[in-house]
Amino acid sequence: MSKMAATRDGYGEALLELASNPKVVVLEADLGKSTKSLHFRKAHPERTVSCGIGEQNMLLVGAGLAASGYIPFASTFAIFTERAFEQMRNGVARPNLAVHVCGSHGGTHTGTDGSSAQSIEDLAIYRTLPNVIVMHPSDVVSTKVLTMQLATSGSPSYTRTARNKTPVLYEGREDEIEIGKGVVLKEGADVAIIACGVMVSQSLEAAEALAAEGINATVVDMHTLKPLDGDLVDRLVSSCGAIVTAEDHSVIGGLGGAVAEHLTSNTFAPLERVGVQDRFGESGQADEMLEVMNISAPYIAEAAKRAVARKG
Amino acid sequence: MTSTDELKELARKCRVHIVNMVHRAQAGHPGGSLSEIDLLAALYKTTLRVRPDDPDWDDRDRFILSKGHASPGMYAILAEMGFITVDDLASYRVLGGICQGHVDMKWCPGVDFSAGSLGMGLSFGMGSAIAGRLEGSERQVYVMLGDGEIQEGSVWEAAMAATHHELGNLNVILDRNRIQNDDFCEAQMRMFDIPAKWKAFGWNVKEIDGHNMEDIVDGLDFLKNSNDGPSILIAHTVKGHGVSFMADNPAFHGAAPNDEQYAQAMAELGEVVS
Repeated sequence: MSKMAATRDGYGEALLELASNPKVVVLEADLGKSTKSLHFRKAHPERTVSCGIGEQNMLLVGAGLAASGYIPFASTFAIFTERAFEQMRNGVARPNLAVHVCGSHGGTHTGTDGSSAQSIEDLAIYRTLPNVIVMHPSDVVSTKVLTMQLATSGSPSYTRTARNKTPVLYEGREDEIEIGKGVVLKEGADVAIIACGVMVSQSLEAAEALAAEGINATVVDMHTLKPLDGDLVDRLVSSCGAIVTAEDHSVIGGLGGAVAEHLTSNTFAPLERVGVQDRFGESGQADEMLEVMNISAPYIAEAAKRAVARKG
Repeated sequence: MTSTDELKELARKCRVHIVNMVHRAQAGHPGGSLSEIDLLAALYKTTLRVRPDDPDWDDRDRFILSKGHASPGMYAILAEMGFITVDDLASYRVLGGICQGHVDMKWCPGVDFSAGSLGMGLSFGMGSAIAGRLEGSERQVYVMLGDGEIQEGSVWEAAMAATHHELGNLNVILDRNRIQNDDFCEAQMRMFDIPAKWKAFGWNVKEIDGHNMEDIVDGLDFLKNSNDGPSILIAHTVKGHGVSFMADNPAFHGAAPNDEQYAQAMAELGEVVS
């Protein structure tokens, strides 16, 4: 078993490291212990702004700071960022102010809190906003690297992290991680699985199972949903001829949506989308949720076979 | 020091610009522009530390028009102060024009926040005030809110947070013109004792007549000198003030005058239209 860690810890570590830049400020909405901004707060209380349980205010306090030359990182649960969507739209994205929003505890993988806490639409809604970078990293190392890159991106962003531990994939491979560039983690010529977040490790598992059946799968970590690495998708279409997307998110508008949009405007290939099928979650353990939602490794493998069968 | 007579004349010129803009565009929001304009004229002329030839100067005072639809008033004072030209006012609501329908920081010099969706400016002002404090700057942040606007719940998130963080450099001017889009505020959502609400949130509160220049200048001094926490000036105004048929008339929240009404308005404002 590989080493396990939660992506939210990568976010917390990145903030601590970014603190050497005096322009970096951290905004909290009473969930710093959960999102892991608390480490920054302890070390730099003077640059940490408590907004109480007030997400709408928090986003625009961030906008005001960004307009004055600061680099604000604001975090809460993914689901609670959504109540400030219009603030994100009108006060952050529209004036293109580099406020960095981190939504932790995203997806059904969040588990036993149940459907009220399981954001399955966050990636879709933020992807509709001009100027905004949208990311969902797969492991603690890439989350840290990507969060640090945000500080110099100059663009507003939304990053989803997760509460529960997932396999560490990038130890010693930090140099391969760049905003907007998908990472090929495994190469195979029969089908390409494009995944994000917790589903990247599930996809690697699926690829192993497929290999045992003689199907060779490429696995891509598409940590950045926007801007989408369309060049990579085009290359996967020509090298594999069939695509599967895998995400712990609605099949509407997230990674599957982004890839579908790209394929329909470029070279087309059969696409199977693994994700939450237009329904809400429920209480359950993280691994149980992936089963209940039909998105765990065996379901990805099945989708890959369907995609291969659809090749012309 | 600018005399109150000079301020009154400045506000009169701005009122002429406002009516011109809205008439030319045959759209826009004259009522709230006319109610706020005496306050804006005095604020820009006597109080704000800004540089019209260097609108992005880092250490400027900030002014955030949170009621961003009342943009004709803001464009008028920006033109009179020299941030933009009087000719620029003709671009109000015109494709490609710097005077966008609602004030927009990406389009118009001197605009510090892209408003237009109510309830956002105070939070943005709070961020601006924290930035000033982090830099050790003495600069002040002024936010103009509408009275209907404070029905937005997020205003009170910001009101609570501003006292928690003891932001003495954060100041609000509330344009209490008693009218919102559909009707009088009293009919849409009664707000009861507005000063008491702000006091209960820990703010320094002063009430003034928002069309009396002596009162306004006193009120701006109060804001500037109350630095132990956030402060609010509740300015009692008349929506559409200065044009008889617009005054206290909900119909002119967001409607343009026709040609006949325009001629009457110009005459009342002491302008000869050729």
